[in-house]
Parts: sequence; structure tokens; C-alpha cells
Amino acid sequence: MSQPAATTVEVNGHPCRVWTKGSGPKLGFLAGLGGLPRWLPFLDRLAETRTVIAPSLPGYPGATGHTELDSHLDWVLAVRQLVDKAGLAGADLVGASVGGAFAAEMAAVFPERVGKLALIAPFGLFDDREPAADPWAQRKDVLPGLMCADAARWNDLVAAPDGANSVEWPIEMTRASEAAARAFWPLGNTRLEKRLGLIAAPTLILWGDRDGLLPPSYAGRFARGITGSTRVETVANAGHLAYLDQPDAVAKAVLAHFA
Amino acid sequence: MKLMWFHLMPYTELPEDFNRKHPSVWVDIHSSLFDPKRAHHMYNDFMDELEYAAELGYDAVCVNEHHSNGYGLMPSPNLIASSLARRTTDTALCVMGNSLALYNPPTRVAEEFAMIDCISGGRLIAGFPVGSPMDTCYAYGQNPSLLRERYLEAHDLVKRAWTEKDTFAFNGRYNQQRYVNIWPRPIQNDPHPPIWIPGGGSVETWRWCAEMDYVYCYLSYYGYKAGLATMQGFWNEMDKLGKDRNPYRAGFLQFVGVAETRQQALDLYTEPAEYFYGRCLHVDARYATPPGYTTEATQRAGIQSMVSKAANTASYSSKLSMKATGMKDIVDGGYVIIGSPDEVVEQIRHVATSLNVGHLMLLLQYGNMSKDTTKYNTRLFAEKVMPKVKDLFGDWEDKWWPKPMAKSQRAAVPAFRPQTVAAE
Repeated sequence: MSQPAATTVEVNGHPCRVWTKGSGPKLGFLAGLGGLPRWLPFLDRLAETRTVIAPSLPGYPGATGHTELDSHLDWVLAVRQLVDKAGLAGADLVGASVGGAFAAEMAAVFPERVGKLALIAPFGLFDDREPAADPWAQRKDVLPGLMCADAARWNDLVAAPDGANSVEWPIEMTRASEAAARAFWPLGNTRLEKRLGLIAAPTLILWGDRDGLLPPSYAGRFARGITGSTRVETVANAGHLAYLDQPDAVAKAVLAHFA
Repeated sequence: MKLMWFHLMPYTELPEDFNRKHPSVWVDIHSSLFDPKRAHHMYNDFMDELEYAAELGYDAVCVNEHHSNGYGLMPSPNLIASSLARRTTDTALCVMGNSLALYNPPTRVAEEFAMIDCISGGRLIAGFPVGSPMDTCYAYGQNPSLLRERYLEAHDLVKRAWTEKDTFAFNGRYNQQRYVNIWPRPIQNDPHPPIWIPGGGSVETWRWCAEMDYVYCYLSYYGYKAGLATMQGFWNEMDKLGKDRNPYRAGFLQFVGVAETRQQALDLYTEPAEYFYGRCLHVDARYATPPGYTTEATQRAGIQSMVSKAANTASYSSKLSMKATGMKDIVDGGYVIIGSPDEVVEQIRHVATSLNVGHLMLLLQYGNMSKDTTKYNTRLFAEKVMPKVKDLFGDWEDKWWPKPMAKSQRAAVPAFRPQTVAAE
């Protein structure tokens, strides 16, 4: 697996890493909980036919600046700057988990900036009758199984690579969790439901059938709310971060939707 | 030195099988375990105990704030302090304290503390904790990434509300108020009631206390042996900042059980101590580390250095991993000081001098200790221990103690007499 090209853009004066790999039409990816501490097989699949551009959200691995963001408007505008500066304006956009909520915001609030949209178990809603689990109140041995159907996939994502700074690496992983919490504490509910009707982009909604964090039934709420054409697909044997559990199947579905 | 009598107000009737059947004493403790009619007696017993301590001459009575917590029944310590203001006369009232970021607007704290200060004739110590993760982030849903910023801003707002003479507009990052002008205002207005900060072992907190000239309090349940590294870290930091070693810059919490003999003390206090360290500290680890609660500087220190061993000891996750729940380990670990009066005197002098702490907050009621035993412990300590330790730190001035109105100017509070309605 070859490494992506890394560049840095500034959002509110803070650096955010942008990873780029592949060729073909641009495709943006906003990652889920944990961010992208490393490049992924899922992104390689996409890069076979598309230029994959993966900017790090403020506070995610490779980026800072989350502590400047106090309100949801601050976050949405930061993500818009990130999308623009990464050269993604007008491109197809994939967002997963917390990144999925922001991808949906982009399509709703800045529709001219998003081509087609793919959402993988996006945050942003909360259903009292079927409450989402709390990603920020889990014992260390329980969390991996909430993130992925195969807990080892999450552990592989966050494991310190050889040569990583043993002090800074765990702090960076906690920072990613803090950034997500800063935007979505305590319920993950950003009242996105109010804005779903503004989404006109054709939207694919993917959900792992074993998502223990956000109930798969939330897919229907997104599909009903979005104005553009929608299709819901369930990913077999996948948890919340379905792109870690089933990289080939998720990439295939995304590429087919964007074709 | 100052000897202060602290009450956590634990629910005293958690079942024997609590730890096996329930995941946590905090945050999601089940409502079926709470019997309001039993709590009626608990609250009244606890308030009797606080009043008893005041009568016996302790320098202060202390209350604190917890939420959704089976070992702390005071979501609002201000309610208790207000009652104590009427039922005590000269004792300082240490509210340890109000978690500032939980009050909206935070001027509520400025107002309520000013009320307590007025009612008590200027006896308030104003404690400002950030608050535990369980209280703030989980029970009260505060965002852990915003909590400290909100706390610091609320502190600035409360202090300005106490000290500025004219109505002002507060244009904060998290709070905007067009008209800040609290009524009532504290009696202690030179410049404001003493501010004490209960905190963990973070260097940032120590520096801030030094800069603001506040008392730093380390309120650990694990006693003087575990607390030594933290307090040494605090004093080393004071040295670096050029502050003197005035022991009244610091407060420390210590559990004590005194009886005529050591064996008698073990007989009396084993059950309540094991109840506390077993059932009351049975906290689900998933509520210990909301991301962002611990600053990156403190995390870094925690991973890197020796000072940070202290900081680390103070973190909630490592606290929870300290698992001694049997009396031998509880006593050997120094969590609870046990002994005859003379043995306790010796240990208290050691604690005060080795930690250099002028404000010793004593937990003489803990776990399911009965009112009778609590009063016995409280009285014996007051009669046989207090006189032999009060002399400590006599050369230092406590600049952080309340300055009440002169006694002759204070209102006479009529003695409480239950009315028996007589048809005369």
C-alpha cells in the first residue's frame, strides 16, 4: 500500500493535513470517529479510479484548531473552508460517522460545493425511542467492538505505528476523540434533521448491519428527510465504521453511486 | 492549624450486594435504591452532625457538590450551608464548592454565595471546583472540551460580579449578560470572600492558584501517603514561582477514626470504612475519562515526568484503579487514620507537617457510619486530638480565612425550639 501525498492547509490559522492519492475525478472523504491516523485499504480501493482527497477535520490526526470552534456554525464554516482549500468544491463527497454529519451539512448549506453524496452511518440525529450508544463513555475493552464488527480493525486503526512518538501518539488519539466530542457531545444530535430537506444531491446511505453505536434504523430517517434521490444499502458484517470492516464492499458501493 | 469538619453525605443503606448487582454508584445508580423516607432521616442526621461539629469548636464545617451520586447527597451544598448559617454562630462555612460551569448564568453562584455570606455574617469560604467528569460531563451533560474554558470564564464573571460597584455588561465567549448587578452582595468585600480551589494534581491548577492567590485543596479519598507526591509537587511549584511555603495556601482531606484504643477504633470504623471504599467508590470506569476533560499539558505531564506521577495519581481513572477495600489495606495505605487519641495526634502532626497543610479537612463520618458513632468520633477528636495539634503553624498567618462581622454586630439567632402546640 503506497502512501498518499500529504499537504497542509490552514483553517482559522491552524494546520490541517490533506492526503491525496489516485487519479481520475476528485472524491472527498471526511473520516469518522478516530479520524485517519493512517492511510486505509478502503481509500486505496477508491483511489484505483478516483483522485481521493482526505482532509483532516480540526483536531483529527494531522490537524488542530478544534479548540477555536465553539458553536455548530463555527464547525460548519470550518469544514467549508477545509473542503474549499483541499480543492474539493464541487466534487463528490463521502462522509462517515462524524464526518458524515459534516458532509451532509455541506450538501445542505452549500449545495453548489457538493456533487454526489455518500453517507456512511452519519452522526447528527438522535431518536429517543432508539437511543444511540455513547461513544465517549465506554470502557477501553468495550469501545473497539462498538466501532467495528471486528474489534481488531479499530485496534489496528489507532495502534501506534513503528517510530511514533510514544508521548504524542496517545495524546493525538485522545485529541481526535475530544474534537468529535466538542462537536457532538452529548447525544450526537446537531439538529441536522432540520436541514436534511435542503439536500438535493443524489445520496447513498450506507449502514453496517452490526453498527452498535448508531442504530441502522437511522438510515431511514436520513432517507426520508433528504430531498434528493436516496438509496439505502446495508453493509453485511460491518459495524459503525463500515469502511474499516468491509473496505471492498463499501468502496464498491460508493464508486457505483458516483459512477 | 485549622481543623475543618467535612461531610460528603453518603447514602448509608446501599445493599450488601451493591457491587455485584450494580455497575456504578455514580451517574446511573438506580433510583430503586433511593428511599426518600430514609433519606429524610439521613439528611437530618447529617445536618445534626455538622451542627454538632460546629458546637465542639471545629474551625469550619464543609459541604460539597455531587450529582447522581450514591455517596454524595448534596446536588446543592448551598441549601445545607444556608441552614448551617442559621444553626451555627462562629464556625466558618466552607462550601467546597459550586462547580461554576454548571450554573447558567454563573452569576447564580455569585448571588447564592453572597446570600450565605450575608446570612452567616461573613463566614463563607467560596470553593470553586471544576467538578468531576461524572458530575459535570455525564450527570450534567457538559461538553468536556469546553468545560475548563467555561469554568475559567464563569470564575471571572463571578469575581467581577462581587467586586464591581456599577452594573456592567459581560461579553464573554460563553456568557453574555447585558446587566450584571447582583443583589445581595457579600459581607466579605475586601475584596471578596476567600476563594479555595479543590483540584487534582495538575501543574496548571497550581500555577493558577498561585497567580490568583487562592488556596489549593487536594481532596483525595486516599489519604496522606498517596497525597504526598501531589503536595510535594504543589510546594515545588510554589518554590519555582517564588511563593512562600505558608501552609495555609493548602488544604487536604483526611479520613480519621479515633477511639480509646486502636483495637476499639478498628472495631468501630472497619464497617463504615469498608462500606465507603467498597460500595461508595464503586464507580464505572467508563465515566472516568471524557475526552478533553484532562488538558493536553496534563496528559503530557502524566506520560512524561515525575511531577506528573503526582498528576497521574490524581486522575480519575487511576483513582479508580486503586482498589484497596479491606480494612488492613485501607489503614496501611493511610486512607483512614486509625488509633487511640495519642496515636491519632502523632499521625495528624505527621500529615500536617509532611504535606505542609494548614487547612486539614477531616472526614469523621464516612460510609454507613451511624450518627452515634460519628458523634463519638467527632467529640473524641475535638477533646483529645484537637488541643494537641492546634499549635501547628502558629508562626504563619492564615490570609485565606473568612473575616466575619464583629460578633457584637451580628444578629442574634434565637435558639431553635420545636413548638409543641399547646391549647393554653
